[in-house]
Amino acid sequence: MDEKEKYEKLKHIVKIYLPDDVSIGDVNLNSNFTTELNINSANLVDIVLDVEDEFDIRLENEDMDGMQTVKDALAIIDKKQNEKA
Amino acid sequence: MKNRVVVTGLGVCAPNGVGLEAFEQTLQSNTSGITFHSELKNLNFSCQVGGKPNIEDINLNKYFTNVQLKGLNASGLFYGVMAGLDAWKDANLKCDGADAPNWDTGIVFGTGILGVDKFREAIYKVDEGQVRRLGSTAVIQTMASGISAYLGGLIGAGNQVTTNSSACTTGTEAILMGFERIQSRKATRMLVGSCSDSGPYVWGGFDAMRILPRKFNENPSAASRPMSATASGFVPGSGAGALVLESLESALERGATIYAEILGGHLNSGGQRLGGSMTAPNNTAVKRCIQEALQNAGIDTHAVQAINGHLTATAKDPVEIKNWSEALQRTGKDFPKINSFKSHFGHCLAAAGSIECVGTVLQLKNQKLYGSLNCLDVHPEILKTIDETCIPMQSMDFESKIIAKASFGFGDVNACIIFSRYSA
Repeated sequence: MDEKEKYEKLKHIVKIYLPDDVSIGDVNLNSNFTTELNINSANLVDIVLDVEDEFDIRLENEDMDGMQTVKDALAIIDKKQNEKA
Repeated sequence: MKNRVVVTGLGVCAPNGVGLEAFEQTLQSNTSGITFHSELKNLNFSCQVGGKPNIEDINLNKYFTNVQLKGLNASGLFYGVMAGLDAWKDANLKCDGADAPNWDTGIVFGTGILGVDKFREAIYKVDEGQVRRLGSTAVIQTMASGISAYLGGLIGAGNQVTTNSSACTTGTEAILMGFERIQSRKATRMLVGSCSDSGPYVWGGFDAMRILPRKFNENPSAASRPMSATASGFVPGSGAGALVLESLESALERGATIYAEILGGHLNSGGQRLGGSMTAPNNTAVKRCIQEALQNAGIDTHAVQAINGHLTATAKDPVEIKNWSEALQRTGKDFPKINSFKSHFGHCLAAAGSIECVGTVLQLKNQKLYGSLNCLDVHPEILKTIDETCIPMQSMDFESKIIAKASFGFGDVNACIIFSRYSA
């Protein structure tokens, strides 16, 4: 899976949690999930579960704490996939 | 001075019809909403029929965002939000994204138990050591007040937002609680009602008590038989009913449609004394509840033209009729008309009172009485108290000003409301 494909898959997950006034076009690598995309912080938990299912990895509580932006999330996915490989 | 309180909006999600129009039409046409459920058969239920609103063809995005719908597995929440928002819109009120809450609008929306299917899902995950995978909504879908919380956010309510619970009295109690809050000028407008989950985990306990009918699995529409000599238990149901209550002043000011006025009511408990128990009513308390409701409404016993009973289709129906008769001091042909909507959609438990109050208000608005089904063989004990003509077997035109509605519940709790046609 190349980086672009991962990014698209992540965006697809994030899309459903965006409030009505934020569109998927507003999402970029530096977007902060809660402060910029206005995703309800409770839903970050659900994004983590969706990411686990999609990428077949497991994220620990500490990983979640460091997952503030889209870029952070991609880095964590990379790290976990590399650990597995 | 106390506020007068009127009903300005109705919403319903019932086994015999989802939405006001469908509900009204099936009541009018004496159509049963009871169906056979193979799920219950597969699980070895004795009673395999039930009342479940059909929401399969409903566009749920009218009520929920996609985020809310994701993982939503709480049938009572679906029903309650649909009925509640429909009532709100029926009252011509908006769900705009205004910045400030409406401090004068509150919610009392009851339930018996919420999100049973979600709770089951959560229990399995917890037992498998997978608590981390519950997701973010296990709490809000299973807390009893989840329903008032969802509705509160949707309409921006800033007054009291709460969920009451008093078994099968819940819905009627919610309406009276909202009524009292407006009457005492603590709120101008209250969205009130109740909801009840569907399915085997809610209904199983009643099946285990052997109080559901077992002989109608091949003939579901005949299963719910309030007041019949062959009644053999209540048919379990589910759904939600909702009413928008507001001060008369507020309703007139905004030119709202006024369906009916609530003149008064009463709530009490038999204390599980004098023959009352966890599951049986204390007749003294029932009669007292009815009499106090009339007194609170400021009406005479002869002003009651019709009654929408609790009448669940158990062997206790004749006792309820006797209680009404003694409370009103009226017998034979002098007794008011009386019907039970449970014959159409079963006993919707915590949602029963609110769904049946929606039907009662429709009777006043349309000047009709909807037929009580499946009681061509009226119980002989009932006929010792009242005349057969008091029970409308078919829907009929009926000029009425005042209809009384009561609900009774496990724990020996009672509620009675007096609805009136509105006149200035």
